[in-house]
Amino acid sequence: MEIITADNLEKYFGTLAAVDGISFSVQRGEIFGFLGPNGAGKTTAMKMIHCVSKRTGGELRVFGMDTDTDPRQIKQRLGVVPQENNPDPDFTTFQNLTIYARYFGIPASEAEQRAEELLEFMQLSEKRDAPIETLSGGMKRRLIIARALMNEPELLILDEPTIGLDPQARHLIWEKLRHLRSLGCTLVMTTHYLDEAERLCDRLVIMNSGKILVEGSPAELVRQYAGEEIVEAAASPGTIACLKEQGVEFEVFGDTIQVQTSDPQNIARTLMESCRRERITVRRATLEDVFLKLTGRTLRE
Amino acid sequence: MAYGGLSEISRGALAVWRRNLDAFIKTYRVNFIPPFVEPLLYLLALGYGVGALIQDVDGIPYPIFIAPALVSISVMYSAFFECTYSSYVRMYYQKTFDAMIATPLSIEDVICGEILWGATRGTIYAALMIPVLFLFGVIDLPTSLLLIPFAFPAGILFSAIGMCFTAITPSIDALNYPAFLFITPMFLFSGTFFPISILPQALQYFAFGFLPLANVVNVNRAITMAEFSPMLLYNIVWVLLVALLFFIIALNLMKRRLVN
Ligand SMILES: Nc1ncnc2c1ncn2[C@@H]1O[C@H](COP(=O)(O)OP(=O)(O)OP(=O)(O)O)[C@@H](O)[C@H]1O
Ligand SMILES: [Mg+2]
Repeated sequence: MEIITADNLEKYFGTLAAVDGISFSVQRGEIFGFLGPNGAGKTTAMKMIHCVSKRTGGELRVFGMDTDTDPRQIKQRLGVVPQENNPDPDFTTFQNLTIYARYFGIPASEAEQRAEELLEFMQLSEKRDAPIETLSGGMKRRLIIARALMNEPELLILDEPTIGLDPQARHLIWEKLRHLRSLGCTLVMTTHYLDEAERLCDRLVIMNSGKILVEGSPAELVRQYAGEEIVEAAASPGTIACLKEQGVEFEVFGDTIQVQTSDPQNIARTLMESCRRERITVRRATLEDVFLKLTGRTLRE
Repeated sequence: MAYGGLSEISRGALAVWRRNLDAFIKTYRVNFIPPFVEPLLYLLALGYGVGALIQDVDGIPYPIFIAPALVSISVMYSAFFECTYSSYVRMYYQKTFDAMIATPLSIEDVICGEILWGATRGTIYAALMIPVLFLFGVIDLPTSLLLIPFAFPAGILFSAIGMCFTAITPSIDALNYPAFLFITPMFLFSGTFFPISILPQALQYFAFGFLPLANVVNVNRAITMAEFSPMLLYNIVWVLLVALLFFIIALNLMKRRLVN
């Protein structure tokens, strides 16, 4: 069943196309990822999905309802973790959750019980009565995720959920997100951590300049765009000349040569035997290779 | 957008109102000081200080003359500042509005809740001032209790006007302009510390036609003096209509600012 359907979705800020005609659909119970460099349009797309930004063109339906005409009904059923933390600084951790629940019309006793559970779930119980300014960045992030779960959403929108978290906390979040998926919750997330996307997402799209470049499961995308294995070596002129001589296709990134291959032994042997043996490594191709290949290696402003 | 945005308001506005009430109660110690201290200072300095030189205004002792104005001013300041500086901080710095509109609340719910809260704060202040003024013997009870219910529509009026400025201000500093150019002159020239009747005729019309505080003071003074005239009806209707007008303008300006 389709939870989100976008058809030629478009968002212009003046003449800037932040989202430039994207089409995708998200199925019930999957984790769907949006990847892309800074300014690609991920946050803009998230905001249109959770009805706080109005599209300027195309179609967008969430739970089968139009985001333009039924924002209240849609928002009642989804949870939002925005890119920037915005806890309510006038209240404690616990009160942040119960007050947020009021915006959904959840009765106080139910809200309090759920808030206790979620603080436990996000390992924030110790900070239950702490003022917000005494929380660390990572604790605030966990609080925002807990807050997004207060209304037991069917769809969770997470804009860079693990930004600023330490490795322990990231693993904790991943585990929680997978747990939510197992309960039937649908998750849409953006991230700049490609290992995170690879581990979590069932399907993802890579965006650039407001457009979707590719869509697929992480494994499919890696296979299709980066091959199976990558052999890397130091980019010395000798090695480059040598590989050319051997007729091996390669790419140079800064001080590193990369060869995409399904036969790494052979390439590695060629490098070891015929060329200079300098910093040769063999590794599996990853989503990062796909990402850099498709979106380029130059910095975005 | 039907009915100027009024149809987009739901019960959710009360959750926004409650949030602000909760925050107010949390910091009650600072919040409850002004309504006690302010009338005290004004009464001592103006009522008894300046009043000693004046004797009376139209046969009314000066402290008794300014007492209803003090309540009106307190309602104006608390409601106006709540929906300018405080709302701006919540909107711009704390991102509270952003968090709210990601829930089922509409922008109209949020703005309505803020304005209702501004009016409530004004009403609380008016109510707290009454015992102080009564102890000074400058108002009578129980008639003066009517100041409390009238503080609410008056509060809506000043909150809604404040919210309009918040919706168009480029920065928090720019809110000083309406505070100094609009609120301060009104504080002085609305029949607060001298009767409007000593102004030239044209200015009198201007005051009752365009100055919210002038109309509010007139109603409050009628209440504390227990003197009711036909003019009073005009003042009350004016306050109600203009409050509604600015309420709708505030909803629409804020919608324009927050939707992107
Ligand atoms: N309110 C706005 N007004 C004008 N332009 C905007 C606005 N919001 C975003 N943009 C522009 O739209 C484009 C997409 O921004 P968006 O925030 O969606 O990117 P993103 O993919 O989330 O980037 P990041 O990874 O840095 O979070 C950018 O060029 C940005 O400058
Ligand atoms: Mg973003």
